[in-house]
Amino acid sequence: METGTWKVKTGLAQMLKGGVIMDVVTPEHARIAQEAGACAVMALERVPADIRAAGGVARMADPTVIENIKKAVSIPVMAKCRIGHFVEAQALEALGIDYIDESEVLTPADEAHHIWKHDFKVPFVCGCRNLGEALRRLGEGAAMIRTKGEAGTGNVVEAVRHMRAVTDAIRKLVNMPEEELMAEAKEMSAPFELVQEIHKTGKLPVVNFAAGGVATPADAALMMQLGADGVFVGSGIFKSAKPEVMAKAIVKATTHYQDAAIIAEVSKNLGDAMPGLDIKQIPTEELLASRGW
Amino acid sequence: MRIGVLAMQGAFAEHIAMLRQLKVEALPVRLPSELENMDGLVIPGGESTSIGRLIAVYKLADEVKKFAERGLPIFGTCAGMILLAREISDSDVEPLGLMDITVRRNAFGRQKDSFEAELNIPALGEKPFLGIFIRAPLIEKVNGKTEILARLGDGTIVAARQGKLLAAAFHPELTDDLRFHQYFLDIAAESNKS
Repeated sequence: METGTWKVKTGLAQMLKGGVIMDVVTPEHARIAQEAGACAVMALERVPADIRAAGGVARMADPTVIENIKKAVSIPVMAKCRIGHFVEAQALEALGIDYIDESEVLTPADEAHHIWKHDFKVPFVCGCRNLGEALRRLGEGAAMIRTKGEAGTGNVVEAVRHMRAVTDAIRKLVNMPEEELMAEAKEMSAPFELVQEIHKTGKLPVVNFAAGGVATPADAALMMQLGADGVFVGSGIFKSAKPEVMAKAIVKATTHYQDAAIIAEVSKNLGDAMPGLDIKQIPTEELLASRGW
Repeated sequence: MRIGVLAMQGAFAEHIAMLRQLKVEALPVRLPSELENMDGLVIPGGESTSIGRLIAVYKLADEVKKFAERGLPIFGTCAGMILLAREISDSDVEPLGLMDITVRRNAFGRQKDSFEAELNIPALGEKPFLGIFIRAPLIEKVNGKTEILARLGDGTIVAARQGKLLAAAFHPELTDDLRFHQYFLDIAAESNKS
């Protein structure tokens, strides 16, 4: 019997596909998420919209918060550590977290290096804005990828930009003659072996979710139609007027993402979605997606 | 032959890819109408609470029960096995209750306890089968005419068959080994003839 294998790490992400991972800050939130059909929860002290509003340094959540959420539900529980903060990651592993998100939503601890994730038995998910960034994270041992979007904005535009960037780059690699792959790997600063693999298979070797700005059932279905394997919803649920209703509607829309009649039906009477932010109004240095490299 | 794969959430695409390698028509099932004309159904791994909630909507759960009552074969892996069970100990999930087994969810612990192990499955031949167990359930008890197909080294029951119903606690769809799916298709082919 062997634990912590690559198959087991990537396999859990495969089991999450087609599902919605919801940010929660209390056991009560976690129960609402599970009841609505979330495939996992992300245990946090504050949702991204509140982190953005609070400013200052955002760190790993208090273990008490994480443990109380773990006790409240039977679905997988994820938690975030700061980029490059491998000791926060060690602590989360010791807490028995099911997946660690090395996340740009928290303040980076290292501006040059991400965590060497191969050393851990617990799997990691990491954010990306393009294929090169995704492949660098895979090289470091991430077992799941999510496009970053712009967390805490309720604005899906960045999520769309990043998902399209990834799928466009995959299409480009597939159609490229073999002799051009090395220069392309250099250009995108990505491990050559992974560039070769994508040229052959036409897809990422791990699951890729969409994150950062999904606020409505239609947003979730949009990301699924653009090729996401599932969605993270951060502030979108518990910053909306009716979290239970919104949570259920987003879960249904993610499963039935190709069925316009169902998406129309579940979009009815949701109350106000979370208030959104125009990305152009956010000062460049406050954009979370540009954290990490 | 046409096999449906329940596509609420989870690893349904992996099952569809495996079945297609075995040269059968495999299609996702999201709504009751999509179950019509299927010769068999796979319930994939995923989150059993999530799949359980989603099949209750649009009455898909009732249709799956009728599907089994019509004597059609169903293969459940991991979450799928949980849903097939008659009884689940300590759980947030209401199962379909089709198979005479008692199942315990997340029986081995959390993700850090997920593991791979080689299994002897006589029904699939002599070569060991790689079992990938991810936050896996186990079968506490089999009742009635249920046949045990596989155990771990310590005796834990991890796969079973009852007539045309097949359940595995692990994920054949995450391996390159097609034997478990072939075994299911053989069951489906028998019921097609009769």
